[in-house]
Amino acid sequence: MNEISLLIGGKAGFGIDTASLIIARILNQLGLRLYIYRDYPSLIRGGHTFSIVRAAEKMIYAHREKVDFLIALNQDTVDLHRDKIKDGTIIIYDSDTVKSEGTGISLGKIIQEENAPEIMRNTAVTGAFSQAAGIPWDITEKVLKNNIAKEVDLNLKVARRGFDAVGTLFKLEPQKEKILPILTGNEALSLGLIRGGLKNYVAYPMTPCSSVLHFMASAAPDFGLKVLHPESEISVILMALGFSYMGEKTAVGTSGGGFCLMVEGLSFSGMSELPVVIIVGQRPGPSTGLPTYSAQTELSFVLNAGQGEFSRLVVAPGDAEEAYYLSALCLNLSWKYQLPAIILTDKNLSEGAYSFNIDSAGEINEEQPLMWGRQPVYKRYLNTETGVSPLAFVPDKDAVIKINSYEHDESGITTEDVQLTKLMQEKRLRKEKYLSEELEKYKTVEVSGNKQSGIVLVCWGSNKGVCIEAAGKNNLRVIHPLVLRPFPITQFQQALQGVEKIICVENNAGGQLADLLNLHGIRVDARILKYDGRPFTLEELESEIEKAVK
Amino acid sequence: MNTEKLNTYARNDWCPGCGNFGILNAFKQALTELQAEGLALENVVLLSGIGQHAKMADYVNVNSFYSIHGRAIPPAEAIRLANTGVKVVCFSGDGDSYGEGIEHLIFAAKRNADISVIVHNNRVYALTTGQYTPTSPLGYKGRSTPQGTKELPLNPLELMLASGATFIARSTSQGIAQLTDLFKQAIMHRGFSLVDILQVCVTYYNMYDFYHQRAYDLKSHDPTDYNQALHKIREWDYNSDSPIATGIFYRKEAPTFEERFLTPAAQPIDRGKKIKELLEKYI
Repeated sequence: MNEISLLIGGKAGFGIDTASLIIARILNQLGLRLYIYRDYPSLIRGGHTFSIVRAAEKMIYAHREKVDFLIALNQDTVDLHRDKIKDGTIIIYDSDTVKSEGTGISLGKIIQEENAPEIMRNTAVTGAFSQAAGIPWDITEKVLKNNIAKEVDLNLKVARRGFDAVGTLFKLEPQKEKILPILTGNEALSLGLIRGGLKNYVAYPMTPCSSVLHFMASAAPDFGLKVLHPESEISVILMALGFSYMGEKTAVGTSGGGFCLMVEGLSFSGMSELPVVIIVGQRPGPSTGLPTYSAQTELSFVLNAGQGEFSRLVVAPGDAEEAYYLSALCLNLSWKYQLPAIILTDKNLSEGAYSFNIDSAGEINEEQPLMWGRQPVYKRYLNTETGVSPLAFVPDKDAVIKINSYEHDESGITTEDVQLTKLMQEKRLRKEKYLSEELEKYKTVEVSGNKQSGIVLVCWGSNKGVCIEAAGKNNLRVIHPLVLRPFPITQFQQALQGVEKIICVENNAGGQLADLLNLHGIRVDARILKYDGRPFTLEELESEIEKAVK
Repeated sequence: MNTEKLNTYARNDWCPGCGNFGILNAFKQALTELQAEGLALENVVLLSGIGQHAKMADYVNVNSFYSIHGRAIPPAEAIRLANTGVKVVCFSGDGDSYGEGIEHLIFAAKRNADISVIVHNNRVYALTTGQYTPTSPLGYKGRSTPQGTKELPLNPLELMLASGATFIARSTSQGIAQLTDLFKQAIMHRGFSLVDILQVCVTYYNMYDFYHQRAYDLKSHDPTDYNQALHKIREWDYNSDSPIATGIFYRKEAPTFEERFLTPAAQPIDRGKKIKELLEKYI
């Protein structure tokens, strides 16, 4: 199989992340499909950080247990990842700082002789990897030129020194496939929101969603966005609701802890019917937990968060294309039904990088919400068949627009009236029923793998890719719901036809999707759960599946 | 001037004699006068938190955003950022803006967001039936502090001065003429304005006589002088028995958050095309 896996590691601050992305883009030039897993501690300098880059002929979403290359800029990379070494693993290491077998290069010597800064050790090993993997210099040079903003010539010299320091030890066949961009889940998600008509993004930094804030801030001039980073997540969601009141589509992003602070605003969104999209990037808890690692622990939380009962939309994309499409859809539907919509992602999807094919993501455009027809007198909460009231925005000389966190009448004036209380509660809840009907037009449950198999893996979010790849070995069916509320029970039941055994695969300790399925009368037979903050490797999941299938 | 058009059909639920009536009437008067001077009422958004003050949203027939406790200010900043032609007035309580939502008050002042915050400072939680607030005096006996509070009150005006507010004023709920004038000036001020109103709560904390005996108008005071403003703000610390100045303590011309933030409107963008162009950089 025309495939390669490599691990590159060093201390935080060594530019491991940049080097792994450049290596991925070099491999990308061969027409291969890419996946990058990033593993880093919650600190700025020191510690051990590494990335695993995998390239293959088909789209991939997970890394393997073993690697073909180990590129070590510190001793930890060799010592901590012995389990990833197999027969034939090629080790390239910095002979000045690392003791190892394999191919040592004195990076210090190169840096000194070229009068280059210490950080360029990563450029030197990038060059060395290219030669070792049998990639021509012109490809390496082209990618470096495209990806380096400062001191291009010096970087090229240093890379060439690394390139010349080793021989070719591996062979990859170029593919005649279209070269795709490599995007993180967060970048795909951000572009989806922009495509759906986003006007503002408001967030307080929190891993793994800070990179959405950074991306939006840098994209703001190109797309005419307003991007704000206010004093707290409480302010974040309330500002978003202020923008929403003015008719501006707005999203916010955070992780579980920040979402806790947003919950009063979430409930307010439900009551006031001010739409907002909330990205919740999951990481292990409780509390601060493992800030830079991954989990799927907030499903139950986001399905139920907030005082009172109100309609909401919850989606969970499983790859970059779904992140793009579902984010745009979320923004459109939250405005169509005037309710909060939550995009559940996790550190693996948010910060993992993937080959991204926008043409297979699905065509989606910005939609306009239901607007007031200027007759009769404007009432913000007009009771309609679907529960959706026509919108007007400030300033409108013919409309007084009143929104309210208290129970209110159709005009938005506070009420404690018995009949009105019941009427307005039913109006708000009715929207979810119509939303659920509309969602039938979309693919809300995806079936992959062997669709005839009686054994099914059910997963959600970032486990989609690894489940599909691992299911191949045992020829199993894979079902993954894209929408989790309103729960797409009809499509899910259809997907289950002929199934005898259901195995749920999740990154949490309880099995939150399995519990949700049980609530909907679907009995789950086995649960494969991983809750150490790290994603399943392909082989690890294959072996868990073997045990569960028996 | 006739302010009747600003009434709504909502029944007024304040206690007879409540200081809020003075604030409501002065605000309606101020809006009516501003309208006569050229302000279009559709360009006004009234926000409120939660508490007796917050019923302003139900009682004034203009666009309103009846927010949650302590949280009127963040949406106000966003509304103003979305449209700088809109006048944004936040009504708030001392429990709201000096307590649960104090960070928003500080940050809005720090940014010089062009919004007005009007605090119904009755120095008691009235809607929740009589507990102490951040501005209640030391030893205040409320339902949560039957032995008296153990902490000194906050001087909100000093906090606002330190935070960067560019318009700081105080009044009482009795002086309708002064209130009307202060509201108009606060609304028209370019930048963040705070009006602290010593509002009488007839049911839980009736300070009518106390304020009546001590309140005086600021005269021969230069509000553009920071040191004079600080001196006058410190004259009464919301705890001691001393004269209580009312009027404008501080006023400064400074760039607003919106002016600094907003970039010239971009040409309409073909987002689909622009996204594809951007993706080329990710190859």
